[in-house]
Amino acid sequence: MQKKVVILPCSGIGKAYGEMGRQAIYELIEDLRAEDVTTTCLGRLMIEDPDTKELVQGNQVITVDGCAKDCARKNVEFAGKAVDGALRVIDIFKDNRDLKPEGILRLGEPGFKLVHILAQKLAEEIDRVRRKEE
Amino acid sequence: MLEPFKQIKVGIIPCNGEEICEGTLTRFACRKVLDTLRPNDTVTICLPLFIAGDKGEQNFAKTFPTITVDGCEKRCSAKSTEKLSGKPRHSIVISDLLRKQAIPPPRSRRTLDEKDEAAIDLVAQEIAARVDEILKKG
Repeated sequence: MQKKVVILPCSGIGKAYGEMGRQAIYELIEDLRAEDVTTTCLGRLMIEDPDTKELVQGNQVITVDGCAKDCARKNVEFAGKAVDGALRVIDIFKDNRDLKPEGILRLGEPGFKLVHILAQKLAEEIDRVRRKEE
Repeated sequence: MLEPFKQIKVGIIPCNGEEICEGTLTRFACRKVLDTLRPNDTVTICLPLFIAGDKGEQNFAKTFPTITVDGCEKRCSAKSTEKLSGKPRHSIVISDLLRKQAIPPPRSRRTLDEKDEAAIDLVAQEIAARVDEILKKG
């Protein structure tokens, strides 16, 4: 059975970027790449949950951070795993400034358009890391 | 002479909970407290930033009282807070709270709908009550 790519968003709660990253991974898991992708709770790495550690250590990992603080990437690296790919929502937003989310959790139509763009970028990133593995 | 006024803020630390529906509920309930129910008394602490070693977030949680809100019994937020900054004043586990009140958890982790409003309200009111308790005791 082919391994899955583990996508971990930061899910930051202070700004909409965190929610957009989270929604993008749900779009990948439920709509675009159900066969390729999974996620887990980022916080479980901190409590050293054995199943989560095994999942992260045994599969390729892409992190999705809202901002330049790169919390998701750092948390994975603290757990002893080098990430295979890392995206920032804020970078995608800089290229699409007209798509401003309406609220932090309730993103509205423009926010979800940006989520869709981010999900497409992530799908490309998944293909890239998959090729690296082959 | 007037004593200097020191405003107490309560730090709300929700879990990430990407994998579970209760994790999404955690976020909506916490935002409701932060934005609507107790906007002047609460701030949020971003769990991944906190864990990633941000000194500002960790020092805040050492200085001010915190309430952790976890989606499940793994209690990632409560355990991380305790490890990095000290025991939270209150620790809420949503799965337990919903079970006690016989309210079903959301069916989707991606989107919540009108049927989930009761669950959001229940959790948000529980957090707000704990905030009030902390502020009353000082």
